[in-house]
Amino acid sequence: MSESEIITLRGRKVVGGIAEGEALVTRQTISGWGGVNPMQGAVIETRHELRGVSFKDKVLVFPGAKGSSGWSVCFHLARLAGTAPKAMVFNEMTTKVALGAVVMRVPSVTDLDRNPLDVIETGDWVVVNGDLGYVEVHKQASAARRA
Amino acid sequence: MKLTDGETRMLDGREGKAKQKAMELLVRYGEALGAERFVDTTNVAGVPGQSSVFLDKHYAGRKTEAHGAYDTLFSLFDLDSDEIVDVPQVATHSCHLQGGVDPENWQVLGATPKAAQVARDSEAGAVDKGVKILKTCTPYLAGNVPKLGEHCAWMESSAVVYCNSVLGARTNTEGRESTSAAMLTAKIPDFGFHRDEHRRGTHAVEVAVEVDSLMDWGMLGYFVGDVVQERIPVLTGRLGKPDLVRYKHFGAAAASSGGVEMYHIVGVTPEAPTARAAFGGNEPVETFRYDAAARRRVYETLNSAARDPNVDYVMLGCPHAALEQIEEACRLLAGRKISGNCRLWIFTSRAVKQQADALGYTKVVRDAGGHVLTDTCSAIGQALPPGTKVAALDSAKQVHYLPAIMGIQAWFGSTADCIDAALNGRWNGALR
Repeated sequence: MSESEIITLRGRKVVGGIAEGEALVTRQTISGWGGVNPMQGAVIETRHELRGVSFKDKVLVFPGAKGSSGWSVCFHLARLAGTAPKAMVFNEMTTKVALGAVVMRVPSVTDLDRNPLDVIETGDWVVVNGDLGYVEVHKQASAARRA
Repeated sequence: MKLTDGETRMLDGREGKAKQKAMELLVRYGEALGAERFVDTTNVAGVPGQSSVFLDKHYAGRKTEAHGAYDTLFSLFDLDSDEIVDVPQVATHSCHLQGGVDPENWQVLGATPKAAQVARDSEAGAVDKGVKILKTCTPYLAGNVPKLGEHCAWMESSAVVYCNSVLGARTNTEGRESTSAAMLTAKIPDFGFHRDEHRRGTHAVEVAVEVDSLMDWGMLGYFVGDVVQERIPVLTGRLGKPDLVRYKHFGAAAASSGGVEMYHIVGVTPEAPTARAAFGGNEPVETFRYDAAARRRVYETLNSAARDPNVDYVMLGCPHAALEQIEEACRLLAGRKISGNCRLWIFTSRAVKQQADALGYTKVVRDAGGHVLTDTCSAIGQALPPGTKVAALDSAKQVHYLPAIMGIQAWFGSTADCIDAALNGRWNGALR
C-alpha cells in the first residue's frame, strides 16, 4: 500500500476556484445559524458529532445543510472573521448550502460519482477543483492512521 | 442560466450598478444551484441591510462621503459586492423579518446603547428604501399573507415552511443575500419549491397517537424533521384539525430538527386534497410511524439539555406569539405574580403587540412581573435575563437552538407547564 493513494471523484462545480487542505468529514447535516459559531469557526449544535470541532481552513465534507435560513449569513460571517473552511464537498444541493458557498467564496463541488462520505475520512488531504468539478483525495498513509 | 432581455439589461448594468451587482450575485447563486432561469417574485421577506455591532465595526473603515453606512453594508455584505453602490428603492413588495433588539425595551433585553443605535440606524435605512418593517419571524401574522401559487423569496425557515405548506405560495429557504438581491431585481432562481415537481410528497408519516395540543404538534414536527430531514412528508392519521398556531409550531419544529420546507397533511393543507394528490405520482420512499413510544422519545430528546428543576427564565413566543397565545398566557397568569427567582419574556411582532396593548394583555403580563417584547427573541437577539441558567420553553424550535447558542439548560413543555414554572420557579412539567 503506497503512502499516498489518490482517489479522484468527479462531480460538478458549485463555486469555482481550487483549494486544498485536510478533510473534516461528518455524516450529519450541518445547521448554520444556531448550529455553528462563526466567530470561532466551530460546530455548536448540542447533539452534533462535530460539536466543539473547528472547520477553519479545513475541507468540509458533509451531507448538506439543514436548519435556519441564516446558513449563508453564518458562513459569510465566518469568511469575514477568517474562520471559514478552505473548500466544501457535499451531497445534497439546497438553497442554503448553495448561497452559503457562493458568499463564502470557497471552491465547492457536489453531485460526485461516488459518495464522498464513504471515500473521504477526516485527516485525508483533499484537493477541491471547483472550476472543473472534481475532488482529489490523498488518503492518509495507513501507518499514520494506525499511529 | 438563460436570461430574459430585462434580466440581461440588469446584469449589463443598464439599470444601474446596484441592480447589476444584485444580478451578478443571483446568477452566481443560480448557477451554484444548477437552476436554468429566474422566476419573477412579488413578495420578498429578508433582513436587508441589518447591521450588528460586529458588522458595523467590520465595515467602519469602508464608509465614504458618498455612501452612508446602510449602502456600504448592503453593497459589501448583502450583495457580496466588492464595490460600494447606491442602493435604490426596492423593486417589489419587500418586508423586514425579525431583528436583534426591541427598539422600545432594549434595556430590558440588556442590549447596549450602541447595539440599540445600530438597530435603529439599520431600520431607518431599510425604511428609506421602501421596505415594510414587520420585524417578525411571522410575517403571515403581521399583514403579509402571500396568495396560492405566488412566487415568494422568503428567509426564516419557520415562515418558509408555513408559506409553502399552509398558504400554498412558493418559496425556497432563501438567505439574506438572495433576498436582498431579490428586493432590487424582483428575481429569484427557478429552483426547488417554485416548480410543481418539487412540491410533491416523498415520505409518508402515519400518526398513530392522538396529536391535538400545541405541545403535541410541536413534538410531532420535531419527530418529522428528524426522520425526513429535508424531504417532503405527507401526514395522515390521528391529527386534530390544526389551527394557525399549531401549524406555526409544527413547521418551526420540523425545520429545526430537519430541513423541512414543505409538508402535506392529507385532507387539510391546500395541495393535499388526497394522499394521491399530495404524492403527485411519487411512491413514498419510506413510511414512518409516530406512536406513543416515538412521542416519548421526542419528549425526552427535547428535555435532554435540562437537569436542574429550578427555572429562572421562561420564554414564550417562538415563533413570535399569536394574539391568542398571549391571551392564553394571561389566562394562566390569572392575576398572580411570577416567582421572584424567575423572569418571563413573551416575544411577538409589533403588529400583535399593538393588539395586546389595546386588549390589556400587555398590562396583565407586566402586572404579573413579565414582559411582552417585540422584534427579536432570546436566540436571535442572544439576550437572556442576567444570570439565567435554566430556561423553560414551549417551543421545540427554541429548545433546539437556545441551549446550544447560549450555553444554558432548557426544559420543554406546554405553555401551561411554562407559566407554572414562571409562577413557582420550578419545573413540574411532564408528558401527559
